[in-house]
Amino acid sequence: MSVGVFNARGVWAIYRFEMHRFARTLWTGLAVPVITTALYFVVFGAAVGPRMGGISGVDYGSFIVPGLMMLSLLNESINNAAFGIHLPRFMGTIYEPLSAPLSPLETVLGYVGAAATKSVTVALTILVTANLFVDVRVAHPVLMLAYLLLVAGTFSLFGFVLGIWAKGFEQLQVVPMLVVTPLTFLGGTFYSLDMLPGIWRTVALLNPVAYLVSGFRWTFFGTGDVAFGASLAATGLFLALCLAAVWWIFRTGYRLKA
Amino acid sequence: MEPIITVNGLEKAYASGHKALKGIDLEISRGEIFALLGPNGAGKTTLISIICGLVTATRGSVRVGGHDTVRDYKRARSLIGLVPQELHTDAFEPVRATVEFSRGLFGKRPDSGLVDGLLRDLSLWDKRDAKVRELSGGMKRRLMIAKALAHEPEVLFLDEPTAGVDVALRRDMWALVRRLRERGVTIILTTHYIEEAEEMADRVGVINKGELVLVEEKDALMRKLGKKELRLTLAEPLPGVPPGLADWKLELSADGRELRYGFDAKAERTGVPSLLARMRDLGVAFTDLETRQTSLEDIFVDLVGGKAA
Ligand SMILES: Nc1ncnc2c1ncn2[C@@H]1O[C@H](COP(=O)(O)OP(=O)(O)O)[C@@H](O)[C@H]1O
Ligand SMILES: [Mg+2]
Repeated sequence: MSVGVFNARGVWAIYRFEMHRFARTLWTGLAVPVITTALYFVVFGAAVGPRMGGISGVDYGSFIVPGLMMLSLLNESINNAAFGIHLPRFMGTIYEPLSAPLSPLETVLGYVGAAATKSVTVALTILVTANLFVDVRVAHPVLMLAYLLLVAGTFSLFGFVLGIWAKGFEQLQVVPMLVVTPLTFLGGTFYSLDMLPGIWRTVALLNPVAYLVSGFRWTFFGTGDVAFGASLAATGLFLALCLAAVWWIFRTGYRLKA
Repeated sequence: MEPIITVNGLEKAYASGHKALKGIDLEISRGEIFALLGPNGAGKTTLISIICGLVTATRGSVRVGGHDTVRDYKRARSLIGLVPQELHTDAFEPVRATVEFSRGLFGKRPDSGLVDGLLRDLSLWDKRDAKVRELSGGMKRRLMIAKALAHEPEVLFLDEPTAGVDVALRRDMWALVRRLRERGVTIILTTHYIEEAEEMADRVGVINKGELVLVEEKDALMRKLGKKELRLTLAEPLPGVPPGLADWKLELSADGRELRYGFDAKAERTGVPSLLARMRDLGVAFTDLETRQTSLEDIFVDLVGGKAA
């Protein structure tokens, strides 16, 4: 039977459906990050940057690139995945995947895979745009890509959970706006945690996003605020939490099945 | 032959505490059209939703094609196509793409010939490239049927398929149901329109307040419970039922031109010959007479009303 072991066509159907949804808004979807990145470079790169000098031997314009990518990657992953699963719940069309011969793993792969694909695309678009302004060198390109995928997958999973938890579209937007964006800004997107005064540096290290930005920056420049291993561990921990939440959702049918 | 669907001791209590199903046992044979008849809130949608995996049962089990719907859900669901009661459709996707999507979800390889056929059968061909939100309500319902059939299910659930549907669509739908049956597809439909069950079904199940009150071959049901009514068109209108005919508990139409007598066609004494003889004696002349079978509707009202009382 075609669905017995792994319903690959089912996963592909969801993935394609989601990618079509993104394609319909392709131009705004890509124009927004390109324009935002350009703005950041005008403000931070051209106006503020020259007064900052370099950070750990990296000029300021290049220094902020990984943080900018991470900022978009987190927002895109969460928003796309949350919206992707919330919309069928809202429209009622969720009955179809729920009554199809799809395992939870297959369902999640389809939705989360598509969200992660889009967010990685946006992050790479930012990297390309940034290269128009500064010369960004990537010390560990393979690790950079792998880390990008890992974080995209993890936060798309988080978005999936959010999309199932949210009772409406306001709730869907509250978490990214009130939690994730502030954490990203405070997590060293535009500065090195070393620049913070003592106590604030310790506080900043409680911010999980700081580990992501630092880890990602390490793949670019070989240096970060914390050891790369610590970044990996923090990401892995969050991934495990999200997986547990998804497992629990499907086990209990939370907000999916009465 | 093993039934295509077996429902065993199925119970459902919603989180609100409401008991929507109170121990349902039911077997559906391969290839039959089964009508689940019951008033609003009887538990029809709940029953279907549990079989299709949309609602979790509190107790009991369901097997589809011999596969348990919980333990072996993939195999069970592969056999099922569902057209839910509510209109749930996408908005921005092209019609054809959404049908292909449905087929893909069930792990079937793309088959453009099959999808074309469905779109034609359901009069959606001209709209195949339109966005779903451009469709009328009736067309959206057709689309939901096309989606449910896209993976060539062996069992099709139609939850209130004709509620709020125009005459043309209703007729098309019945034609489609007959064609599907000829191909051996088992069809389970819910309705609270009795004519629908009466016209289409091989068997009828009556559900009320979460209990299956009765499951019966439709014809047998009609015969067994069917009462007949005799209608006499009078030569002269009467002001009231003549006292001499009181034994028969007759009804007189408002215009006084028709006498009606309800009787049990199966009874040894129907009372019809004696009534006619007495009328002749009393000189009550009639110009025409007819008898008519009681509809399922009457049976249904009897059953459900009787239970509720
Ligand atoms: N998700 C739900 N939560 C609580 N009660 C529900 C839910 N769905 C249905 N019910 C209740 O269960 C009963 C049966 O509903 P349903 O199966 O939809 O009936 P039908 O389809 O026969 O009209 C109704 O009283 C309804 O209000
Ligand atoms: Mg219903």
